[in-house]
Amino acid sequence: MKQAFFEYLLRLGDNALVLGHRLSEWCGHGPILEQDIAMTNIALDQVGQARSLLQYAGQVEGSGRTEDNLAYLRDVGGYRNVLLVEQPNGDFAHTITRQFLFDAFNYFQYEALRHSRDEHLRAISEKSIKEITYHLRYSSEWMIRLGDGTEESHQRMQAALDDLWMYTGELTEVTEVDEIMLDAGIGPGLHSIKGLYDEKVSAILAEATLQQPTGAWMQSGGKTGKMHSEHLGHLLAELQFVQRAYPGMEW
Amino acid sequence: MDPKQKALEAQFQARIDADEKIEPKDWMPDAYRKTLIRQISQHAHSEVVGMLPEGNWVTRAPSLRRKVALLAKIQDEAGHGLYLYGAAETLGIDRETLLEELHAGAAKYSSIFNYPSLSWADMGAIGWLVDGAAIMNQVMLTRTSYGPYARAMVRICKEESFHQRQGYEILLTLCRGTEAQKQMAQDSLNRWWWPALMMFGPSDGASTHTEQSMRWRIKRKTNDELRQQFIDATVPQADYLGLTVPDPALKWNDERDHYDFGEIDWAEFWNVVKGNGPCNRERLQARVKAHEQGAWVREAAMAYAEKRQQRQEERNINPRGLKNLAG
Ligand SMILES: [Fe+2]
Ligand SMILES: [Fe+2]
Ligand SMILES: [Fe+2]
Repeated sequence: MKQAFFEYLLRLGDNALVLGHRLSEWCGHGPILEQDIAMTNIALDQVGQARSLLQYAGQVEGSGRTEDNLAYLRDVGGYRNVLLVEQPNGDFAHTITRQFLFDAFNYFQYEALRHSRDEHLRAISEKSIKEITYHLRYSSEWMIRLGDGTEESHQRMQAALDDLWMYTGELTEVTEVDEIMLDAGIGPGLHSIKGLYDEKVSAILAEATLQQPTGAWMQSGGKTGKMHSEHLGHLLAELQFVQRAYPGMEW
Repeated sequence: MDPKQKALEAQFQARIDADEKIEPKDWMPDAYRKTLIRQISQHAHSEVVGMLPEGNWVTRAPSLRRKVALLAKIQDEAGHGLYLYGAAETLGIDRETLLEELHAGAAKYSSIFNYPSLSWADMGAIGWLVDGAAIMNQVMLTRTSYGPYARAMVRICKEESFHQRQGYEILLTLCRGTEAQKQMAQDSLNRWWWPALMMFGPSDGASTHTEQSMRWRIKRKTNDELRQQFIDATVPQADYLGLTVPDPALKWNDERDHYDFGEIDWAEFWNVVKGNGPCNRERLQARVKAHEQGAWVREAAMAYAEKRQQRQEERNINPRGLKNLAG
């Protein structure tokens, strides 16, 4: 149970960290100054959430690892984020689509986590849900704006959706850890979240005039750590560079 | 000059001399307007280009706490860019035009951002020295004669002094750390010290704009005065860190009650201004690339806004069609 809870917190924390890191890659290079600021805002929220979650994961594990130990000293195989969030930024269409496909899941996940039996996780969720509600609103609006914008933006958005769709199945895939969390009253039932997720995604895609991909094979292996994509290693090489080059120092 | 014009200018100068603020709707000489547009837009561009050397370390920040703090700092700079473009717009020039000038290489920004950020310590040195030098200038500008610029500066200054402390604290941590960390900090000071001094611009004798700007109270201190003020404030801070300022001529002068310091390499200064600094091309290219790659996003946002507006109008004409149109 303790191991499962630790794993579960890593999943939550790593999702936030990896996606926040991806967004932070945009910093200074956004398509409009206002959107540069908005994306940085989301990155800030997510890295902030990652800190609380990884700190708590370290406590639950009980062997003295800190948030930074967990973020900076685990290799690819130790990371528990879903494949979706580690996908590269691509163009703004890919970034927004990745964000939306994740936010829609994350929103329902955290709505449920507010009622978790675990008090500390409940408190983290209570704080995070406000931020995540804003993230979902932001990414939904941009899905619609770009999907229903110009011919070019529509095509770019459809291409991004087609590329990323196969990573959406993993979000609500039920693994052993999810079952243990559900039984313990800590984590939500992913079946019911899947229903809400599908409904939300369909509604936004329809408004964005985008075609929902059908019958695509769903990739997974990120949240179990069985098989990440090649992208994660490069992300970690950058994220962890200083700590790896100068081990054991205070920064 | 015709007498009417002359009277207006005399009146304008009298207001300046009485320390009144000039507001957007007030009459002002063309040259005053032009000077302000040049200065405010340069300042705005500096904030935005300045995001690049720090953005270079966001993905490599050595702890999550540092990552958050650095991101927030860079985001503040983007916000400063926005206020300043806004202040420039009150003078009748829009952001799009100013950006075109920047991207065409026709507008300047602070040369300091044409230097590379090579180590984590540079995030400390930039905050401490670059934001520190900017503060000297900006505190003065809170009292500049043009109202919107002065007010933008008040907001900005508060954040800049926070940035400076944050940068200093990064270096303090390194200087209290291992030998390798301390060396990293010293190396960073060695690279940033002189470019930071150059931020105040040419010395008073060589500065073409200073005199008129002082008369209009756009500036209230000369480049050399500000530079001296910066050195006097910063050297004791370097001492406290245990770092050596890379200037053998640096020495406290009891008589002057200031630090004496060595000659700035003006050849390097003008060379970077001319576009030959280590990163001039890269910085400009990065901005142009972001702008060009963002073009389809901006176009789509505009097209969508127009569509919405149109649908709204159609709905107003034919309220019963509401459901159809919204669907
Ligand atoms: Fe700034
Ligand atoms: Fe500034
Ligand atoms: Fe700053």
